[in-house]
Amino acid sequence: MSSALRIRGVRDLPREEFFAPGHGLCAGCTASTIIRHLLKVSGKDTIIVNATGCVEVSTTMYPYTSWRTPWLHVAFENAAAAASGVEAALKAMARKGLVDPERRINIIVLAGDGGTYDIGFQALSGMLERGHRVMYVLYDNEAYMNTGIQRSGSTPLHAWTTTTPIGKVLRGKIQFKKPIAEIVAAHRIPYVATANIAYPIDMDQKFLKGLQVDGPSFIHVLQPCPTGWRFDPRYGIKAGKLAVETAMWINWEIIMGDFKVTTRVPKRKHVKHYLTIQGRFRGLTDEEIEEIQRLVDREVERINNMVGEEVIGPLTD
Amino acid sequence: MSWKEIPIGGIIVEAGNSVKRKTGDWRVFKPVIDQDKCTRCLICWMYCPDGVIEIRDISYKTSTGRLWTTTLEINYDHCKGCAICAEECPVNAIELVEEVK
Amino acid sequence: MESMLESRARQVRVLLNSNYAVAYAARDADVDVVAAYPITPQTGVVEKLSEMIANGELDAEMIHVESEHSALSAIIGASAVGARVFTATSSQGLEFMHELLHIASGMRLPLVMSVATRALSAPINIWNDYSDLMNVRDSSWITLIASTAQEVYDSIIEAFMVSEDPRVLLPSIVAYDGFWMSHTYEPLYIPEDRRVVSKILPRRPRYVLDPDNPITIGSLVNPDWYYEIKYQQVEAMKEAYRVIREADTKIKYYLGRAYEPIESYMAEDSEILVLTYGGAYETLQSAVDMMRSEGLRVGALKLRLWRPFPVEDLKSKVGDAENLIVVDRAISYGASIEGPAALEVIAAFYKGKSCPTISSFIAGIGGRPVSEEDFKGIVKKALKLGDKALKMGSIHWGVRGASYE
Repeated sequence: MSSALRIRGVRDLPREEFFAPGHGLCAGCTASTIIRHLLKVSGKDTIIVNATGCVEVSTTMYPYTSWRTPWLHVAFENAAAAASGVEAALKAMARKGLVDPERRINIIVLAGDGGTYDIGFQALSGMLERGHRVMYVLYDNEAYMNTGIQRSGSTPLHAWTTTTPIGKVLRGKIQFKKPIAEIVAAHRIPYVATANIAYPIDMDQKFLKGLQVDGPSFIHVLQPCPTGWRFDPRYGIKAGKLAVETAMWINWEIIMGDFKVTTRVPKRKHVKHYLTIQGRFRGLTDEEIEEIQRLVDREVERINNMVGEEVIGPLTD
Repeated sequence: MSWKEIPIGGIIVEAGNSVKRKTGDWRVFKPVIDQDKCTRCLICWMYCPDGVIEIRDISYKTSTGRLWTTTLEINYDHCKGCAICAEECPVNAIELVEEVK
Repeated sequence: MESMLESRARQVRVLLNSNYAVAYAARDADVDVVAAYPITPQTGVVEKLSEMIANGELDAEMIHVESEHSALSAIIGASAVGARVFTATSSQGLEFMHELLHIASGMRLPLVMSVATRALSAPINIWNDYSDLMNVRDSSWITLIASTAQEVYDSIIEAFMVSEDPRVLLPSIVAYDGFWMSHTYEPLYIPEDRRVVSKILPRRPRYVLDPDNPITIGSLVNPDWYYEIKYQQVEAMKEAYRVIREADTKIKYYLGRAYEPIESYMAEDSEILVLTYGGAYETLQSAVDMMRSEGLRVGALKLRLWRPFPVEDLKSKVGDAENLIVVDRAISYGASIEGPAALEVIAAFYKGKSCPTISSFIAGIGGRPVSEEDFKGIVKKALKLGDKALKMGSIHWGVRGASYE
């Protein structure tokens, strides 16, 4: 990452690609787009620590790698701990003159929702509490896609997965999506943000801010998954936009405790526009869709109250 | 090659060598950029998952006489044909053509 | 262990328990990163290292992780960027690390870990046996088992020498008895000037995560190459034996103490040999003295090097002895012979030119003391049962109600 890097628009993004094609991620996988942007922002002086997941298995199929930066994968639940070690090592080695003390290396964890919400949660909390200078990027596709679409702590209410079928008695996932970014924010780290691949400039600015703080940062990115969410691969960006336009997803950031919504939504669409383009919500009754709508309404109210103004507007469509 | 010749521990020492794997044969529909219609807004480049839209410093003069200093080209060796580019193009300058062998 | 007064380095006599001996060795090895989580009876190691770092005696990062799983994960990450790293654990902590033990060795990272051995839950028990260590024997870590605080210190240094050798690049464990050694103070010699350790432990280049030369560590390997990569580990473990012997020579030259993969006491002319490992070897030597005074031609062997298993050293130390009694400190449940070391010993003698009568005993489980009298009783029992002993499997010594006739 060049210290002079400013991102106001697409033309500010470096052309150089640190993520090579030829990997095995699905056609239309938006995780791949996220990584391209992440590495454009972070640049050459980056070490990626990847938790087990779709990205890990698809991008390093021996003897081929898509990574043009140093890359480490240890296991599923410990990316934050391994990154803590990377950071501590660079600190100690810089003091001893074993590495260049003037060179700032970006240490980035890349993990999915399974590796963050669920199995990797303890290691993440430990890393945040200890204050390592690591940026943790969560690419959230709302289920265990690598093992074939099983529910995670991130799967939203009523969504179908192979372990939460929409049956006669149980209707998809019966629990809510865990508010992971707010739980992370409760650790009082310098920078926490939510982002969405359909709003790449907002996302890239957040990557940049996350890399500039002296301590842990956490960027939670919604990553529409054509395979797991059951939509045509061409609609990955459209799904991301609808998530924001319906307020199923809100782009915000917390800088040193200061909460701000970064993508305002003056007029809000009904959640049905987001849900009906995805096969995972197929078969829900109107009443169930309204139940999700009421949840979103309540969340919008809470966010607006927190900000102190109507950053997310009323339902109009 | 035997166990003696490969690096230890499954380490891959050639950065970005996945380019040797051609994923272009995954494609069912091929995106084709109409250079005349294209406004060089870079939205396709920005959203492309596989980074196969390449910005080339090749100038192009449209039929109406407008001169562009860049041309966007698709790396068909790796394009998987997801069609995000065609879907997101604001001026419908990317057409999907059925692959024929 | 043979101790010599003459060595290259000037040394000072200090009084330490084995936990502190570990900490002094890690300090003298100039480790860069330590990540550890407290667990009895290892905790003294982390405390002492924290103290050394806090006082500026050791320039290292101490990562106070939230679990043993993260302790090993963190030093894997640190080692992957080229740092010299260390951790310590016991029992449940070692079990919690288990999947990462295989990952660390599979990634060929030269980590060093001390294990103050302790019984496994359930029932929960904080006292000593070697069930924790024996459970990780297939994880491709070089494993040394020490019997004195002096040997603990020297073995940690030796572990770094071997692990970091480019011909090896595998992690190492140095194990010793929880409580019996971790909490018992003994006199030992350590170099007055730590620079002598830096001399025998130079920093050596290896594959590391470096933005100027980006590599991928931890890739997904399919059936087409997985076996070759694991076979490299098989060969590295074999190679480790030679490197360990070279390191033994260097330790002798610089520090004046001579170690062997199989240590022995009064073994040369013995008809009966008793083999054990860890702190019990000290007790066994006293028992040998007692039995010798009673006219028995008995000697003691100690398994110092557990992985790679030193087959040839064992055979040459056993020589023509008629009886070989293996006293294990762990149980391998359901195995044909439940003593893990006994199984290796039997395999070592299979179809050999000379094979002693081997018997397998298990003693000292869950911290139950193993005294000189116990060793005397074990020898008496083994001689009485002769070849019949092994047909019964392993003999669980001192268990109320367990009888072997």
